[in-house]
Amino acid sequence: MVNFLTLEHVTHHYFSKEGYTKAIDNISFSVDEGEFVSILGPSGCGKSTILSIIAGIIKNTQGNVYLEGKPIKDSKLAIGYMLQQDYLFPWKTIMNNILLGPKINRKNTDSYKKAALELLQEVGLQNVENQYPSSLSGGMRQRAALVRTLINDPKILLLDEPFSALDYQTKLKLEDLVGTILKTYNKTAILVTHDIGEAIAMSDRILLMNKGPGSLAKIFSVPKELREETPLEVRKHPQYQILFDEIWEELDKREETGKVGVI
Amino acid sequence: MKTDRQLFEQYHQNLKREKRIIHVWQISIIIAFFLIWEAASRLYWVDPLLFSSPSRIFQSLLDRFAAGTMVPHLSVTLFETILGFLIGTIGGVIVATLLWSFTRFSKIMDPYLVVLNAMPKVALGPMIIVAFGPGYTSIIMMGVLVSVIITTLTVYSAYNEVDPNYLKVLKSFGATRWQCFKEAIFPATLPTMISTLKVNVGLSWVGVIVGEYLVSKEGLGYLIIYGFQVFDFTLVMSSLVIIALLAAMMYKVVEKIEAWLIKHTK
Repeated sequence: MVNFLTLEHVTHHYFSKEGYTKAIDNISFSVDEGEFVSILGPSGCGKSTILSIIAGIIKNTQGNVYLEGKPIKDSKLAIGYMLQQDYLFPWKTIMNNILLGPKINRKNTDSYKKAALELLQEVGLQNVENQYPSSLSGGMRQRAALVRTLINDPKILLLDEPFSALDYQTKLKLEDLVGTILKTYNKTAILVTHDIGEAIAMSDRILLMNKGPGSLAKIFSVPKELREETPLEVRKHPQYQILFDEIWEELDKREETGKVGVI
Repeated sequence: MKTDRQLFEQYHQNLKREKRIIHVWQISIIIAFFLIWEAASRLYWVDPLLFSSPSRIFQSLLDRFAAGTMVPHLSVTLFETILGFLIGTIGGVIVATLLWSFTRFSKIMDPYLVVLNAMPKVALGPMIIVAFGPGYTSIIMMGVLVSVIITTLTVYSAYNEVDPNYLKVLKSFGATRWQCFKEAIFPATLPTMISTLKVNVGLSWVGVIVGEYLVSKEGLGYLIIYGFQVFDFTLVMSSLVIIALLAAMMYKVVEKIEAWLIKHTK
Protein backbone atom coordinates (compact mmCIF):
# COMPACT_ATOMS: atom_id res chain seq x y z
CA MET A 1 0.00 0.00 0.00
CA VAL A 2 1.23 3.46 -0.83
CA ASN A 3 1.55 5.83 2.09
CA PHE A 4 -0.88 8.75 2.10
CA LEU A 5 1.84 11.36 2.48
CA THR A 6 5.55 10.74 2.07
CA LEU A 7 8.49 13.10 2.46
CA GLU A 8 11.77 11.82 1.05
CA HIS A 9 15.01 13.53 2.00
CA VAL A 10 13.35 16.95 1.92
CA THR A 11 15.71 19.88 2.34
CA HIS A 12 14.88 23.53 2.04
CA HIS A 13 17.06 26.61 1.83
CA TYR A 14 15.98 30.21 2.16
CA PHE A 15 18.11 32.34 -0.10
CA SER A 16 18.84 36.02 0.30
CA LYS A 17 21.43 38.41 -1.08
CA GLU A 18 23.61 37.94 1.96
CA GLY A 19 23.60 34.16 1.74
CA TYR A 20 21.34 31.29 2.60
CA THR A 21 19.89 29.52 5.59
CA LYS A 22 19.12 25.86 5.59
CA ALA A 23 15.68 25.74 7.19
CA ILE A 24 15.26 21.97 7.14
CA ASP A 25 17.73 19.25 6.35
CA ASN A 26 17.06 15.80 4.94
CA ILE A 27 13.63 15.18 6.44
CA SER A 28 11.94 11.88 5.67
CA PHE A 29 8.71 10.59 7.15
CA SER A 30 5.36 9.32 6.06
CA VAL A 31 1.83 9.71 7.30
CA ASP A 32 -1.02 7.22 6.93
CA GLU A 33 -4.52 8.18 5.95
CA GLY A 34 -6.55 9.25 8.97
CA GLU A 35 -3.47 9.62 11.11
CA PHE A 36 -2.81 12.67 13.30
CA VAL A 37 0.88 13.57 13.45
CA SER A 38 2.41 16.39 15.46
CA ILE A 39 5.68 18.06 14.67
CA LEU A 40 7.16 19.31 17.91
CA GLY A 41 10.17 21.55 18.23
CA PRO A 42 11.52 24.92 19.30
CA SER A 43 10.87 28.12 17.36
CA GLY A 44 12.92 28.40 14.22
CA CYS A 45 13.37 24.67 13.67
CA GLY A 46 11.60 24.79 10.33
CA LYS A 47 8.29 23.29 11.43
CA SER A 48 6.20 25.78 9.50
CA THR A 49 8.42 25.39 6.46
CA ILE A 50 7.50 21.71 6.30
CA LEU A 51 3.80 22.61 6.28
CA SER A 52 4.26 25.24 3.57
CA ILE A 53 6.05 22.66 1.44
CA ILE A 54 3.28 20.09 1.89
CA ALA A 55 0.69 22.77 1.09
CA GLY A 56 2.61 23.54 -2.11
CA ILE A 57 3.02 27.19 -1.15
CA ILE A 58 6.80 26.94 -1.27
CA LYS A 59 8.84 24.51 -3.31
CA ASN A 60 11.48 22.52 -1.44
CA THR A 61 14.97 22.93 -2.85
CA GLN A 62 15.77 19.22 -2.62
CA GLY A 63 13.96 15.94 -2.07
CA ASN A 64 10.48 14.72 -2.96
CA VAL A 65 7.05 15.02 -1.46
CA TYR A 66 4.31 12.60 -2.50
CA LEU A 67 0.63 12.75 -1.75
CA GLU A 68 -1.15 9.47 -2.48
CA GLY A 69 1.91 8.41 -4.45
CA LYS A 70 1.90 11.48 -6.72
CA PRO A 71 4.28 14.45 -6.51
CA ILE A 72 2.44 17.27 -4.67
CA LYS A 73 2.45 19.65 -7.59
CA ASP A 74 0.43 17.13 -9.61
CA SER A 75 -1.88 16.28 -6.76
CA LYS A 76 -5.37 17.70 -7.02
CA LEU A 77 -6.24 16.80 -3.45
CA ALA A 78 -7.75 19.57 -1.42
CA ILE A 79 -5.47 20.70 1.39
CA GLY A 80 -6.74 22.60 4.43
CA TYR A 81 -4.39 25.06 6.07
CA MET A 82 -4.93 26.68 9.45
CA LEU A 83 -2.59 29.39 10.63
CA GLN A 84 -1.62 30.83 14.02
CA GLN A 85 -4.24 33.47 13.59
CA ASP A 86 -7.57 33.01 11.93
CA TYR A 87 -6.86 35.35 8.99
CA LEU A 88 -10.53 35.74 8.31
CA PHE A 89 -10.90 38.53 5.77
CA PRO A 90 -12.18 41.50 7.79
CA TRP A 91 -14.16 42.96 4.87
CA LYS A 92 -16.13 39.74 4.29
CA THR A 93 -18.96 38.36 6.39
CA ILE A 94 -18.38 35.03 8.12
CA MET A 95 -20.44 33.31 5.41
CA ASN A 96 -18.46 34.89 2.60
CA ASN A 97 -15.24 34.00 4.36
CA ILE A 98 -16.34 30.39 4.57
CA LEU A 99 -17.39 30.29 0.93
CA LEU A 100 -13.99 31.59 -0.18
CA GLY A 101 -12.60 28.16 -1.05
CA PRO A 102 -15.54 27.13 -3.27
CA LYS A 103 -15.47 30.60 -4.86
CA ILE A 104 -11.76 30.34 -5.67
CA ASN A 105 -12.38 26.96 -7.24
CA ARG A 106 -15.28 28.38 -9.26
CA LYS A 107 -17.89 26.19 -7.66
CA ASN A 108 -21.49 27.16 -7.20
CA THR A 109 -21.25 28.83 -3.80
CA ASP A 110 -25.01 28.68 -3.17
CA SER A 111 -24.88 24.92 -2.94
CA TYR A 112 -22.32 25.20 -0.14
CA LYS A 113 -24.41 27.51 2.02
CA LYS A 114 -26.35 24.74 3.72
CA ALA A 115 -23.20 22.76 4.48
CA ALA A 116 -21.60 25.93 5.82
CA LEU A 117 -24.48 26.52 8.23
CA GLU A 118 -24.35 22.90 9.38
CA LEU A 119 -20.61 23.08 9.98
CA LEU A 120 -21.01 26.36 11.86
CA GLN A 121 -23.59 24.67 14.04
CA GLU A 122 -21.22 21.77 14.59
CA VAL A 123 -18.42 24.03 15.85
CA GLY A 124 -20.93 25.81 18.09
CA LEU A 125 -21.40 29.03 16.16
CA GLN A 126 -24.95 30.18 15.58
CA ASN A 127 -26.34 33.27 13.89
CA VAL A 128 -22.91 34.60 13.03
CA GLU A 129 -23.00 34.04 9.27
CA ASN A 130 -23.93 37.63 8.47
CA GLN A 131 -21.57 39.19 10.98
CA TYR A 132 -18.10 40.51 10.28
CA PRO A 133 -15.07 38.84 11.92
CA SER A 134 -14.40 41.92 14.06
CA SER A 135 -17.52 41.26 16.11
CA LEU A 136 -16.40 37.73 17.08
CA SER A 137 -14.05 36.67 19.87
CA GLY A 138 -10.69 35.04 19.12
CA GLY A 139 -11.95 31.54 19.81
CA MET A 140 -15.05 32.05 17.67
CA ARG A 141 -12.97 33.42 14.83
CA GLN A 142 -10.63 30.45 14.90
CA ARG A 143 -13.66 28.14 14.81
CA ALA A 144 -15.03 30.04 11.82
CA ALA A 145 -11.61 29.62 10.19
CA LEU A 146 -11.88 25.89 10.87
CA VAL A 147 -15.21 25.82 9.04
CA ARG A 148 -13.66 27.76 6.15
CA THR A 149 -11.04 25.01 5.93
CA LEU A 150 -13.45 22.07 6.34
CA ILE A 151 -16.00 23.26 3.76
CA ASN A 152 -13.56 22.29 1.00
CA ASP A 153 -13.55 18.74 2.32
CA PRO A 154 -9.75 18.64 2.52
CA LYS A 155 -8.14 15.22 2.60
CA ILE A 156 -5.32 16.54 4.75
CA LEU A 157 -5.29 19.33 7.31
CA LEU A 158 -2.18 21.31 8.05
CA LEU A 159 -2.41 23.02 11.42
CA ASP A 160 0.25 25.64 12.01
CA GLU A 161 -0.03 26.34 15.75
CA PRO A 162 -3.67 27.28 15.33
CA PHE A 163 -4.29 27.36 19.08
CA SER A 164 -1.25 29.32 20.17
CA ALA A 165 -2.85 32.77 20.08
CA LEU A 166 -5.82 31.78 22.25
CA ASP A 167 -6.28 31.90 26.00
CA TYR A 168 -5.72 28.60 27.77
CA GLN A 169 -9.37 27.63 28.32
CA THR A 170 -10.43 28.46 24.77
CA LYS A 171 -7.40 26.59 23.50
CA LEU A 172 -8.31 23.38 25.36
CA LYS A 173 -11.91 23.55 24.19
CA LEU A 174 -10.88 24.13 20.61
CA GLU A 175 -8.36 21.30 20.71
CA ASP A 176 -11.18 19.05 21.83
CA LEU A 177 -13.47 20.27 19.07
CA VAL A 178 -10.88 19.95 16.32
CA GLY A 179 -9.76 16.53 17.58
CA THR A 180 -13.30 15.21 17.65
CA ILE A 181 -14.23 16.59 14.24
CA LEU A 182 -11.09 15.23 12.58
CA LYS A 183 -11.65 11.82 14.11
CA THR A 184 -15.31 11.78 13.06
CA TYR A 185 -14.48 12.54 9.43
CA ASN A 186 -11.31 10.40 9.49
CA LYS A 187 -9.15 13.30 8.30
CA THR A 188 -5.39 13.14 8.09
CA ALA A 189 -3.78 15.99 9.97
CA ILE A 190 -0.36 17.41 10.69
CA LEU A 191 -0.08 19.76 13.64
CA VAL A 192 2.90 22.00 14.18
CA THR A 193 3.36 23.07 17.79
CA HIS A 194 5.89 23.86 20.50
CA ASP A 195 3.49 22.73 23.20
CA ILE A 196 4.34 19.21 24.39
CA GLY A 197 0.97 18.74 26.09
CA GLU A 198 -0.93 19.74 22.98
CA ALA A 199 1.09 17.33 20.86
CA ILE A 200 0.39 14.41 23.21
CA ALA A 201 -3.26 15.29 23.65
CA MET A 202 -4.05 15.44 19.96
CA SER A 203 -1.84 13.12 18.01
CA ASP A 204 -1.11 9.50 17.19
CA ARG A 205 2.56 10.14 16.59
CA ILE A 206 4.92 12.94 17.56
CA LEU A 207 7.92 13.92 15.47
CA LEU A 208 10.50 15.72 17.58
CA MET A 209 12.71 18.14 15.69
CA ASN A 210 16.20 19.49 16.17
CA LYS A 211 17.06 23.04 15.42
CA GLY A 212 19.56 24.63 13.09
CA PRO A 213 19.00 23.24 10.48
CA GLY A 214 15.73 21.53 11.31
CA SER A 215 15.99 17.76 11.24
CA LEU A 216 14.09 14.86 12.73
CA ALA A 217 15.42 13.93 16.16
CA LYS A 218 13.09 11.26 17.42
CA ILE A 219 9.66 9.83 16.80
CA PHE A 220 7.31 9.05 19.68
CA SER A 221 4.24 6.87 19.34
CA VAL A 222 1.35 7.93 21.53
CA PRO A 223 0.01 4.90 23.45
CA LYS A 224 -3.30 3.48 22.27
CA GLU A 225 -5.05 4.35 25.54
CA LEU A 226 -4.36 8.02 24.96
CA ARG A 227 -5.22 8.01 21.28
CA GLU A 228 -8.75 6.87 21.98
CA GLU A 229 -9.48 9.73 24.39
CA THR A 230 -10.43 13.28 23.58
CA PRO A 231 -7.62 15.86 24.11
CA LEU A 232 -9.16 17.09 27.37
CA GLU A 233 -9.38 13.56 28.80
CA VAL A 234 -5.86 12.68 27.67
CA ARG A 235 -4.46 15.38 29.90
CA LYS A 236 -5.98 13.64 32.96
CA HIS A 237 -4.67 10.19 32.01
CA PRO A 238 -1.76 8.74 34.06
CA GLN A 239 0.00 7.74 30.83
CA TYR A 240 0.01 11.38 29.72
CA GLN A 241 2.47 12.46 32.37
CA ILE A 242 4.80 9.56 31.60
CA LEU A 243 5.03 10.48 27.93
CA PHE A 244 5.27 14.17 28.77
CA ASP A 245 8.29 13.51 31.00
CA GLU A 246 9.89 11.33 28.36
CA ILE A 247 9.62 14.05 25.71
CA TRP A 248 10.67 16.72 28.16
CA GLU A 249 13.80 14.74 29.03
CA GLU A 250 14.61 14.26 25.37
CA LEU A 251 14.27 18.00 24.70
CA ASP A 252 16.34 18.81 27.76
CA LYS A 253 19.08 16.43 26.68
CA ARG A 254 19.24 18.07 23.28
CA GLU A 255 19.42 21.50 24.77
CA GLU A 256 22.37 20.48 26.93
CA THR A 257 24.28 18.95 24.06
CA GLY A 258 23.61 22.13 22.15
CA LYS A 259 21.63 20.35 19.50
CA VAL A 260 18.63 22.51 20.17
CA GLY A 261 19.65 26.09 19.75
CA VAL A 262 18.67 28.86 22.09
CA ILE A 263 15.99 31.04 20.59
CA MET B 1 -25.28 60.41 44.21
CA LYS B 2 -26.06 60.76 40.54
CA THR B 3 -27.62 57.95 38.57
CA ASP B 4 -25.87 56.39 35.58
CA ARG B 5 -28.30 58.14 33.34
CA GLN B 6 -27.50 61.54 34.84
CA LEU B 7 -23.76 60.96 34.52
CA PHE B 8 -24.23 60.12 30.88
CA GLU B 9 -26.36 63.24 30.35
CA GLN B 10 -23.69 65.31 31.99
CA TYR B 11 -21.01 63.80 29.76
CA HIS B 12 -23.19 64.48 26.75
CA GLN B 13 -23.76 68.09 27.81
CA ASN B 14 -20.04 68.66 28.21
CA LEU B 15 -19.40 67.24 24.79
CA LYS B 16 -21.97 69.55 23.25
CA ARG B 17 -20.62 72.57 25.05
CA GLU B 18 -17.08 71.84 23.90
CA LYS B 19 -18.33 71.58 20.32
CA ARG B 20 -20.15 74.89 20.63
CA ILE B 21 -17.05 76.65 21.93
CA ILE B 22 -15.03 75.32 18.98
CA HIS B 23 -17.65 76.55 16.51
CA VAL B 24 -17.83 80.00 18.08
CA TRP B 25 -14.07 80.34 17.82
CA GLN B 26 -14.00 79.18 14.23
CA ILE B 27 -16.66 81.65 13.17
CA SER B 28 -15.11 84.48 15.18
CA ILE B 29 -11.75 84.00 13.47
CA ILE B 30 -13.19 84.25 9.97
CA ILE B 31 -15.34 87.28 10.85
CA ALA B 32 -12.39 88.98 12.52
CA PHE B 33 -10.22 88.25 9.49
CA PHE B 34 -12.68 89.87 7.09
CA LEU B 35 -13.38 92.80 9.40
CA ILE B 36 -9.69 93.59 9.86
CA TRP B 37 -9.09 93.23 6.15
CA GLU B 38 -12.00 95.56 5.36
CA ALA B 39 -10.85 98.10 7.94
CA ALA B 40 -7.24 97.94 6.81
CA SER B 41 -8.29 98.55 3.24
CA ARG B 42 -10.66 101.45 4.00
CA LEU B 43 -8.28 103.16 6.39
CA TYR B 44 -5.41 102.75 3.91
CA TRP B 45 -3.28 100.63 6.25
CA VAL B 46 -2.71 98.53 3.14
CA ASP B 47 -3.01 99.64 -0.47
CA PRO B 48 -6.64 98.89 -1.47
CA LEU B 49 -5.56 98.71 -5.10
CA LEU B 50 -3.36 95.72 -4.33
CA PHE B 51 -5.22 94.01 -1.50
CA SER B 52 -8.79 94.90 -2.47
CA SER B 53 -11.36 94.43 0.31
CA PRO B 54 -14.01 91.87 1.23
CA SER B 55 -16.84 94.22 0.31
CA ARG B 56 -15.38 94.92 -3.14
CA ILE B 57 -14.75 91.23 -3.75
CA PHE B 58 -18.30 90.43 -2.69
CA GLN B 59 -19.69 93.16 -4.97
CA SER B 60 -17.50 92.00 -7.86
CA LEU B 61 -18.64 88.39 -7.40
CA LEU B 62 -22.28 89.47 -7.34
CA ASP B 63 -21.83 91.52 -10.53
CA ARG B 64 -20.02 88.75 -12.35
CA PHE B 65 -22.51 86.07 -11.39
CA ALA B 66 -25.39 88.42 -12.34
CA ALA B 67 -23.77 89.19 -15.70
CA GLY B 68 -23.11 85.47 -16.22
CA THR B 69 -19.39 86.01 -16.78
CA MET B 70 -18.28 83.88 -13.81
CA VAL B 71 -20.12 80.61 -14.38
CA PRO B 72 -18.38 79.67 -17.68
CA HIS B 73 -14.91 80.13 -16.13
CA LEU B 74 -15.93 78.30 -13.02
CA SER B 75 -17.44 75.34 -14.83
CA VAL B 76 -14.49 74.97 -17.19
CA THR B 77 -12.03 74.80 -14.31
CA LEU B 78 -14.25 72.47 -12.30
CA PHE B 79 -14.65 70.16 -15.29
CA GLU B 80 -10.90 70.06 -15.93
CA THR B 81 -10.13 69.42 -12.27
CA ILE B 82 -12.64 66.63 -11.83
CA LEU B 83 -11.47 64.94 -15.01
CA GLY B 84 -7.80 65.36 -14.09
CA PHE B 85 -8.55 64.00 -10.63
CA LEU B 86 -10.43 60.96 -11.93
CA ILE B 87 -7.92 60.07 -14.65
CA GLY B 88 -4.97 60.63 -12.29
CA THR B 89 -6.42 58.48 -9.54
CA ILE B 90 -7.78 55.66 -11.67
CA GLY B 91 -4.70 55.73 -13.90
CA GLY B 92 -2.44 55.53 -10.85
CA VAL B 93 -4.32 52.54 -9.49
CA ILE B 94 -4.15 50.80 -12.88
CA VAL B 95 -0.40 51.39 -13.23
CA ALA B 96 0.15 50.20 -9.65
CA THR B 97 -1.83 47.05 -10.47
CA LEU B 98 0.31 46.43 -13.55
CA LEU B 99 3.47 46.88 -11.50
CA TRP B 100 2.16 44.38 -8.95
CA SER B 101 1.14 41.88 -11.63
CA PHE B 102 4.54 41.83 -13.27
CA THR B 103 7.29 41.82 -10.65
CA ARG B 104 10.03 42.15 -13.22
CA PHE B 105 8.26 45.10 -14.86
CA SER B 106 8.10 46.88 -11.50
CA LYS B 107 11.82 46.34 -10.92
CA ILE B 108 12.59 47.72 -14.37
CA MET B 109 10.35 50.75 -13.84
CA ASP B 110 11.62 51.54 -10.35
CA PRO B 111 14.31 54.15 -11.21
CA TYR B 112 12.03 55.92 -13.70
CA LEU B 113 9.25 56.19 -11.15
CA VAL B 114 11.66 57.57 -8.56
CA VAL B 115 12.86 60.26 -10.97
CA LEU B 116 9.35 61.14 -12.11
CA ASN B 117 8.18 61.35 -8.53
CA ALA B 118 11.05 63.57 -7.45
CA MET B 119 10.57 65.85 -10.45
CA PRO B 120 8.33 68.91 -9.96
CA LYS B 121 5.60 67.96 -12.41
CA VAL B 122 4.50 71.51 -13.20
CA ALA B 123 7.95 72.08 -14.68
CA LEU B 124 6.82 69.80 -17.51
CA GLY B 125 4.02 72.26 -18.32
CA PRO B 126 5.55 73.75 -21.50
CA MET B 127 6.36 70.27 -22.84
CA ILE B 128 2.79 69.16 -22.25
CA ILE B 129 1.42 72.16 -24.09
CA VAL B 130 3.72 71.42 -27.01
CA ALA B 131 2.63 67.79 -27.01
CA PHE B 132 -1.11 68.18 -26.48
CA GLY B 133 -1.75 71.60 -27.93
CA PRO B 134 -2.93 74.74 -26.14
CA GLY B 135 -6.36 73.58 -24.99
CA TYR B 136 -8.34 71.58 -22.48
CA THR B 137 -6.33 68.44 -23.08
CA SER B 138 -3.09 70.01 -21.90
CA ILE B 139 -4.68 71.43 -18.80
CA ILE B 140 -6.35 68.14 -17.90
CA MET B 141 -3.03 66.39 -18.52
CA MET B 142 -1.38 68.74 -16.04
CA GLY B 143 -4.02 67.77 -13.48
CA VAL B 144 -3.38 64.10 -14.23
CA LEU B 145 0.39 64.39 -14.16
CA VAL B 146 0.71 65.88 -10.70
CA SER B 147 -1.45 63.16 -9.14
CA VAL B 148 -0.80 59.99 -11.15
CA ILE B 149 2.78 59.21 -10.10
CA ILE B 150 2.25 59.68 -6.39
CA THR B 151 -0.94 57.61 -6.60
CA THR B 152 0.96 54.84 -8.37
CA LEU B 153 3.71 54.76 -5.76
CA THR B 154 1.39 54.97 -2.76
CA VAL B 155 -1.00 52.30 -3.99
CA TYR B 156 1.81 50.01 -5.16
CA SER B 157 3.55 50.12 -1.81
CA ALA B 158 0.20 49.48 -0.11
CA TYR B 159 -0.26 46.39 -2.33
CA ASN B 160 3.07 45.08 -1.10
CA GLU B 161 2.25 45.68 2.54
CA VAL B 162 -0.79 43.41 2.60
CA ASP B 163 -0.27 40.67 5.20
CA PRO B 164 1.17 37.71 3.23
CA ASN B 165 -0.81 35.30 5.41
CA TYR B 166 -4.01 36.31 3.62
CA LEU B 167 -2.33 35.21 0.40
CA LYS B 168 -1.22 32.01 2.11
CA VAL B 169 -4.86 31.24 2.94
CA LEU B 170 -5.90 31.88 -0.66
CA LYS B 171 -3.03 29.90 -2.13
CA SER B 172 -3.90 26.92 0.04
CA PHE B 173 -7.27 26.99 -1.79
CA GLY B 174 -5.34 27.05 -5.07
CA ALA B 175 -5.98 30.70 -5.91
CA THR B 176 -4.34 32.24 -8.97
CA ARG B 177 -2.45 35.54 -8.74
CA TRP B 178 -5.44 37.41 -10.16
CA GLN B 179 -7.75 35.80 -7.60
CA CYS B 180 -5.33 36.79 -4.84
CA PHE B 181 -5.53 40.35 -6.14
CA LYS B 182 -9.29 40.40 -6.32
CA GLU B 183 -9.97 38.73 -2.97
CA ALA B 184 -7.19 40.12 -0.78
CA ILE B 185 -4.89 42.74 -2.26
CA PHE B 186 -7.50 45.10 -3.68
CA PRO B 187 -9.99 45.12 -0.80
CA ALA B 188 -7.19 45.31 1.77
CA THR B 189 -5.73 48.43 0.12
CA LEU B 190 -9.03 50.19 -0.45
CA PRO B 191 -8.54 52.43 2.61
CA THR B 192 -5.18 53.56 1.19
CA MET B 193 -6.76 54.28 -2.19
CA ILE B 194 -9.45 56.34 -0.51
CA SER B 195 -6.89 58.38 1.37
CA THR B 196 -5.04 59.06 -1.89
CA LEU B 197 -8.34 60.40 -3.25
CA LYS B 198 -8.19 63.17 -0.65
CA VAL B 199 -4.60 64.05 -1.48
CA ASN B 200 -5.36 63.99 -5.20
CA VAL B 201 -8.18 66.51 -4.88
CA GLY B 202 -5.62 69.09 -3.82
CA LEU B 203 -3.02 67.99 -6.35
CA SER B 204 -5.40 68.13 -9.31
CA TRP B 205 -6.27 71.72 -8.42
CA VAL B 206 -2.58 72.60 -8.44
CA GLY B 207 -2.10 71.00 -11.87
CA VAL B 208 -5.16 72.57 -13.44
CA ILE B 209 -4.58 76.08 -12.11
CA VAL B 210 -0.95 76.04 -13.22
CA GLY B 211 -2.07 74.67 -16.58
CA GLU B 212 -4.50 77.57 -16.95
CA TYR B 213 -1.80 80.07 -15.97
CA LEU B 214 0.25 78.81 -18.85
CA VAL B 215 -2.14 78.41 -21.69
CA SER B 216 -5.84 78.94 -21.38
CA LYS B 217 -8.32 81.53 -22.54
CA GLU B 218 -10.84 80.70 -19.82
CA GLY B 219 -11.07 79.24 -16.35
CA LEU B 220 -10.31 80.49 -12.86
CA GLY B 221 -6.56 80.21 -13.35
CA TYR B 222 -6.92 82.37 -16.44
CA LEU B 223 -8.94 84.95 -14.46
CA ILE B 224 -6.18 85.15 -11.86
CA ILE B 225 -3.47 85.74 -14.45
CA TYR B 226 -5.69 88.15 -16.39
CA GLY B 227 -6.57 90.12 -13.23
CA PHE B 228 -2.89 90.26 -12.35
CA GLN B 229 -1.95 91.58 -15.79
CA VAL B 230 -4.61 94.33 -15.85
CA PHE B 231 -4.00 95.13 -12.20
CA ASP B 232 -7.52 94.10 -11.16
CA PHE B 233 -6.72 92.48 -7.83
CA THR B 234 -10.35 92.34 -6.87
CA LEU B 235 -10.75 89.86 -9.73
CA VAL B 236 -7.72 87.87 -8.54
CA MET B 237 -9.10 87.68 -5.01
CA SER B 238 -12.61 86.79 -6.22
CA SER B 239 -11.19 83.88 -8.22
CA LEU B 240 -9.21 82.72 -5.21
CA VAL B 241 -12.35 82.76 -3.07
CA ILE B 242 -14.20 80.70 -5.68
CA ILE B 243 -11.31 78.22 -5.90
CA ALA B 244 -11.18 77.87 -2.12
CA LEU B 245 -14.92 77.21 -2.00
CA LEU B 246 -14.89 74.72 -4.87
CA ALA B 247 -11.84 72.84 -3.59
CA ALA B 248 -13.38 72.60 -0.12
CA MET B 249 -16.65 71.34 -1.62
CA MET B 250 -14.85 68.74 -3.72
CA TYR B 251 -12.93 67.63 -0.65
CA LYS B 252 -16.18 67.28 1.28
CA VAL B 253 -17.72 65.21 -1.50
CA VAL B 254 -14.69 62.89 -1.51
CA GLU B 255 -15.01 62.63 2.27
CA LYS B 256 -18.64 61.59 1.86
CA ILE B 257 -17.64 59.01 -0.76
CA GLU B 258 -14.97 57.76 1.63
CA ALA B 259 -17.47 57.34 4.46
CA TRP B 260 -19.84 55.52 2.14
CA LEU B 261 -17.13 53.22 0.79
CA ILE B 262 -15.83 52.37 4.25
CA LYS B 263 -19.31 51.54 5.41
CA HIS B 264 -20.08 49.33 2.42
CA THR B 265 -16.80 47.54 1.91
CA LYS B 266 -15.76 46.85 5.48
